[in-house]
Amino acid sequence: MTTWTGKLDSRDSWVREKLFLGMPFREYVRSLMTPSNFVVLVIFCIGLPIAVIRFTQGLEPVTNLTDDYPWGLWIGFDVLCGVALAAGGYCLASAVHLFGLKQYYPIVRPAVLTGFLGYFFVVVGLCFDLGRPWRLPYPIVYSFGVTSVMFLVGWHVFLYLTVQFLEFCPAIFEWLGWKKVLHWANKLTIGATVFGVILSTLHQSALGAMFLLAPGKLHPLWYSAFIPVFFFISSIVAGLSMVIFESTLSHRIFGHQVSHEHHANFDRLTIGLGRAAAIALFTYFCLKWIGVAHGNHWDLLGTTYGELFLMEMLGFILLPLLVYVWGIKTASARIIRLAAVWTILGIIFNRLNVSIFAFNWQLTDRYIPHWMEFAVSITIVTVGLMTFRWIVNRMPVLYEHPHFSATE
Amino acid sequence: MDRNSFLKTLGVAGAALTSLPSLGKARTRVISPDWMGMLTDLSLCVGCRRCEWACNDANGLPNESLSSFEDQSVFDETRRTEAYKFTVVNRFEADGYPKPVYVKKQCMHCIEPACASACLVKAFRKTSAGPVLYNEDVCIGCRYCMIACPFHVPAYEYSDAFAPAVKKCTMCFERFTEQGEKPACASICPQEAITFGKRSELLQLAREKIRSHPDRYVDHIYGEHEVGGSNWLYISPVPFEQLGFRTDLGETPYPEMTRGFLSAVPLVLVIWPMLLMGAYSFKQRKQKAEHSCTIDEEEVS
Ligand code: SF4
Ligand code: SF4
Repeated sequence: MTTWTGKLDSRDSWVREKLFLGMPFREYVRSLMTPSNFVVLVIFCIGLPIAVIRFTQGLEPVTNLTDDYPWGLWIGFDVLCGVALAAGGYCLASAVHLFGLKQYYPIVRPAVLTGFLGYFFVVVGLCFDLGRPWRLPYPIVYSFGVTSVMFLVGWHVFLYLTVQFLEFCPAIFEWLGWKKVLHWANKLTIGATVFGVILSTLHQSALGAMFLLAPGKLHPLWYSAFIPVFFFISSIVAGLSMVIFESTLSHRIFGHQVSHEHHANFDRLTIGLGRAAAIALFTYFCLKWIGVAHGNHWDLLGTTYGELFLMEMLGFILLPLLVYVWGIKTASARIIRLAAVWTILGIIFNRLNVSIFAFNWQLTDRYIPHWMEFAVSITIVTVGLMTFRWIVNRMPVLYEHPHFSATE
Repeated sequence: MDRNSFLKTLGVAGAALTSLPSLGKARTRVISPDWMGMLTDLSLCVGCRRCEWACNDANGLPNESLSSFEDQSVFDETRRTEAYKFTVVNRFEADGYPKPVYVKKQCMHCIEPACASACLVKAFRKTSAGPVLYNEDVCIGCRYCMIACPFHVPAYEYSDAFAPAVKKCTMCFERFTEQGEKPACASICPQEAITFGKRSELLQLAREKIRSHPDRYVDHIYGEHEVGGSNWLYISPVPFEQLGFRTDLGETPYPEMTRGFLSAVPLVLVIWPMLLMGAYSFKQRKQKAEHSCTIDEEEVS
């Protein structure tokens, strides 16, 4: 009898420590009643019923997809933007683990976590979009369409999710206090990082390469033999900008978790990241023009689609690039952050242009997402943010675990 | 390893990715002399839409009475194929041609189908008999095939939650291979505007028609070369671009578009790890060297 209660007690305190942030259950529940959680609740109340409709009545009632527009917001935003913006994980992991830029060490973990969750929720979004999501593993285990670029994407996202999970494992083991496993997990990191970079290079560019099969549908200003390279370089841009943005938010929200010296360093890191992002963005800007020159599409710049293209090129690539440069010149982390947000919007704009706005440019009817498509996307993003918060509040992501500092 | 070298590495990879399409060029195109095809003679079609009825009938699609297909109002707008309409007839007015021209649209049964090269689970196959067939049993419903098809043919059952499938014309594959009958549309056409036969013979027939009646046809067999050629062919009294046909698609088979990218993949798989591990060991060595002189500040923190 006594042993039994004893066991229960220790289980109870484990749950309390690990899951309820050290608070008794009631107190924990009370701590959840905040205005921001109320907003989350409202979003769920809208999103969940839509999910039920989607999975019981098909895509028809909740989307405006048609036979001419088989891909809409869920592919254009949830998948294409999701993958690009999750690129921060591999950018930072390679900078620190492979190229030895140690000063970025404190922000690797949040970046890897963002990357992992980003991909995870890309797959969740994909499950809404696929006609038969329960067949998602088919290309991995059952029927292999090796001629398909999407086959490559499928495999890589699957492998990369695994790799990123491995990369994040040390944090989980530290949280659980499993020292032995942690030792092994740490050893795996280099291998996982190299593998992760390869996979990312390939699937980031493969996402662009998917559109190589639509030369008659995607407007020539966006369609280019270089589109895989555009997608790859812009994923670096997006990833770095996202790291700047995400680490800023984390600092605001979880500031109490971050050590003092890190706070002092933080602006310097931001500027360093900004510099890297600016170089990548500049490369991207030049490459895009080479694409236009390669296809000799200068005459198309005068058309309506040309205006859209110029808006993307000047308003969402050149301008944020200039803001980055300004931020670097004045050594202002705040300006860099502004540039990062702007760049992120620019990459989103690009992915939506490729998948939606400049797609089927020769057809007269346009696709406009159903409001429920927006609602689902917002819900998925919200769940992603919630998960991030849940993990950051528990595991050693933003701070170093007192028992396992990096030098061990 | 500093940032500059990092960018250099990136540049090399970028170059590897872009300069490789030439590697994918060697291809073997399957052209079977015996495979079957269809030839639609647009100068003969009168727009009775019986083929639509017969197609619905043969494929067990929702159908109406044959007489209801005489309704001309459907021609007010240009239609495309849908989940339960594998073929549709559209009406076009062409410059300097006295009559309206009716165009039957359906899957072209491409020689190198874009849909098949897009599918990540190999749901499409080009049969040696000619038709391009779809297998619902493996399809995951990503709809990439619909994105890829240059002719806007495959359609999707968006209203089905539990077993949605891609839908398109099969050229009545089973009808002609098992029952020895012509495809439904070719059988019913009162004008004999649709001829079923070996593709090679249909091409000869088409050429013959164009040669003996240069006044009646433009000198173009649509489907002979478009996107690498298709098993469905058209001849027309007016230029095809006036009839809603895309004449800007080129002659390159669609699978070719991604072949270069795909053949670059193994190279990235080989080159990248080498570069990255190289960078890593370089950095390790440099760090060790630094270590032996001074202790890196950051190491201590
Ligand atoms: S017309 Fe479209 S659906 Fe038919 S075989 Fe060609 S690519 Fe596939
Ligand atoms: S929708 Fe089905 S048939 Fe089309 S590409 Fe996707 S898995 Fe293949």
